[in-house]
Amino acid sequence: MSSGNSEPQAEPSSWTLAIRRFLQRSLPLKHLLPDRQPVFVGSWVYIFGVVAIAGLMWVVGSGVVLALFGPQWWHQSGVGRFVNSLHLWSVQVFFVFMVLHLWGQYFMASWRDGRAKTWMVGVVIFAFSIVTAFTGFVSQQNFAGQWIAVNAKDATNAAGIGSFFNVLNFGQMYGLHIALLPMLVATLVGVHILLVRMKGVVRPIENKPDAQPSHEEPAS
Amino acid sequence: MDAPATYLNWNFILISIPNVIMIVGMLVVFIVALVAPFPSHAEVVVADDNDNE
Repeated sequence: MSSGNSEPQAEPSSWTLAIRRFLQRSLPLKHLLPDRQPVFVGSWVYIFGVVAIAGLMWVVGSGVVLALFGPQWWHQSGVGRFVNSLHLWSVQVFFVFMVLHLWGQYFMASWRDGRAKTWMVGVVIFAFSIVTAFTGFVSQQNFAGQWIAVNAKDATNAAGIGSFFNVLNFGQMYGLHIALLPMLVATLVGVHILLVRMKGVVRPIENKPDAQPSHEEPAS
Repeated sequence: MDAPATYLNWNFILISIPNVIMIVGMLVVFIVALVAPFPSHAEVVVADDNDNE
């Protein structure tokens, strides 16, 4: 029962409140949707990441169409072959620009000033993207796919994972390729972007007045 | 497209021509991105050391 108005009100506490305060503190809207950027961001090197994201959007979009119509369509109809090619070449764009982004961030040591999580999430995205692409290659439903799968079977068996990651099992590979792995990669890319917005873009190495991040105090 | 790729073999290095083209192309794009001028608006936002938002 209430003991009267003279008693100080306890600060309400809940998960919702804690999350809201965390988001307000670490990701205000002006950081999430900035209309200004530091002047050192004016370089083509900073374009690689966003081009990789554009490639990923084309990968997912063309992949959804391929999944809707199925292997017979993507191998035997003209439009199907076009969308199949779009899927392949957007994957090339995604990987090429992801690697260029990796080179750029590596040489500017982008893990500095509290950005280790951003860097590590990027590393994990790269690893899962390779697995996603691999499951796609073995899910093509053609001789190339079978050839890759049969050769990869030796490798996965030798690595000791062949029993639960069976590259000759089309259902398993296709399920991983169109459901689990794309969701994982897309989610991690979202986390990666949020971390970039939370911490800001890393300064060039030679431009370090007290090594301040671009829009926040260094993480402790 | 169905023919096997031509491979370069030098000592222990064995690499297909398409892969060489991709790697060299990526290096060229990377170097061009470092040196090419980036188009900017007339009013350039100059970074402030205290607040670069």
